[in-house]
Amino acid sequence: MVTRLKGHYGSGIEANSYLGQNFMAVDASLIPELLQVLRDQEQFDYLVDVTAVHYPQREKQFDLVWILYSFERNERIRVKTMIADGASAPSVVAIWPAANWLEREVYDMFGIQFDGHPDLKRILLPDGWKGHPLRKDYGIIQQDQEWVQINLGIESGQ
Amino acid sequence: MIDRTMIDRTVTDRTTTDQAMTDRTSHLELEQHDKTFLDSNELIINMGPQHPATHGVLRVILKLDGEKVLGTECVIGYLHRGVEKIAEHRTYSMFNPYVDRMDYVAAVSNGLGYCEAVEKLLNVEAPPRARYIRVILTELNRLASHMLWLGTHALDIGAITPLFYTFRDREEVLKIFEKYCGARLTTHAFRIGGCLYETYEGFEREVKKFLDFVTPKINEYEELLTTNRIWVERTKGVGKISAKECVALGVTGPVLRASGVKWDLRKAQPYAAYADFDFEIPTGQNGDTYDRYLVRMQEMRQSLRIIDQAVGKIPEGPIIAKVPKVMKPAVGEIYHSIEAPKGELGYFIVSDGSTQPYRVRVRPPSFVNLQALDMMVRGALVADVIAVIGTLDIVLGEVDR
Repeated sequence: MVTRLKGHYGSGIEANSYLGQNFMAVDASLIPELLQVLRDQEQFDYLVDVTAVHYPQREKQFDLVWILYSFERNERIRVKTMIADGASAPSVVAIWPAANWLEREVYDMFGIQFDGHPDLKRILLPDGWKGHPLRKDYGIIQQDQEWVQINLGIESGQ
Repeated sequence: MIDRTMIDRTVTDRTTTDQAMTDRTSHLELEQHDKTFLDSNELIINMGPQHPATHGVLRVILKLDGEKVLGTECVIGYLHRGVEKIAEHRTYSMFNPYVDRMDYVAAVSNGLGYCEAVEKLLNVEAPPRARYIRVILTELNRLASHMLWLGTHALDIGAITPLFYTFRDREEVLKIFEKYCGARLTTHAFRIGGCLYETYEGFEREVKKFLDFVTPKINEYEELLTTNRIWVERTKGVGKISAKECVALGVTGPVLRASGVKWDLRKAQPYAAYADFDFEIPTGQNGDTYDRYLVRMQEMRQSLRIIDQAVGKIPEGPIIAKVPKVMKPAVGEIYHSIEAPKGELGYFIVSDGSTQPYRVRVRPPSFVNLQALDMMVRGALVADVIAVIGTLDIVLGEVDR
């Protein structure tokens, strides 16, 4: 499968395996097309998860990860791409409706925008919250003090 | 003193409003012949967050046309504690008890998933004895989780009796947990590399006794519900979801199986010691609330079957593998998932070579399954929303993390 995809997309794809688990590092520009191909032609019909990892010291700060599973092949694959802070990623809601809440959570926790998402807003934190807690520069006891003071009436903001 | 003119004016005002109302009604009638004035009123109401039938702090905003649900929106996050953030500031073994607090009615499953994920990252394997103990406790926990689900789900729909029965019998499972590791709910039963505790004196005998005790009880629950006319009418055809929709929405667990997909991670990608046991994957056909009920009842029987096979032949040997005291997995990423009582529970762990994980992502089954709620209740009645929330078997601790 990988050789087939590589033949088609050239050097934009790098396939690898770690501890028996396969993953592909893909150029961000190829993502929407590649994911569509994976679902339509390679039977990866179940989107398990969408998540991100923050590397603040890198130039392209975020790793965006899609975990896919195929019932047909009983196989799992991870697709990874790097995107810069402030850049937006393509939404896959049109390919897998399951991505809706998962992308909202990534947006909520990392502040990554998804192009084409039907209703991109915070999901776990309140709407007016400032900051994205799973970024590495967000401290573990940090809170949106203003929000806490106004909405919970706690003076210290903690 | 009453001002006469004021009253007169009010009376005139009312007449004009009445006139306006009649005008508007007739206008509406011209537009929509099949709707009366009252029916065309759209109503937005809140269900929860403090509502006993939402199983925790879930707020569902319902858009209603009379009794009919036009659409829903879930507001979640009331129990958000930032579990994934906490993980980045704890060592691998320090984070272990935190995972119990996600799906707190199936804490053993959460712990199993996490321990196995870290073991994979460390490239160690739990010894056979530990894996058997893990299977027994996890399946007991699946039973406890399904019993709690059955009791509360039936209570929501109006059958009060099953709640008392299931809680009484779930207590026996919790007693075994308590004797094994000291805790009843958030057990922290397993450690990375195996188990910390050896089974107690008479463990196998007690588990066997429990199996003999609980097998007829499951038949008893079924007698109360399966052919009960009220139960059947409240659940049959309610909250239908097809196999295709399940896959598209990422729904897993009993909900997926009730739609006819024979898929269970215990069989598809066996972990722990599940490859050694003989058991079936129960499936349904219609994907409605009734089928999901039947599937879970069958699953409880299959769990008993697995425990019965495992308890007779727990291998001798060590219960924990050689794991360094200070765990520093090599740089890399791993995704490992298990079949929790609610569906696929996955852990995606990124290691940067230090003692603390660089990132832990939990793929919670309840969160993803809850997404299907909107699709399942559209066009149904308000009372069906309760049935569907119950049948999805969500735990808000896991949805919000």
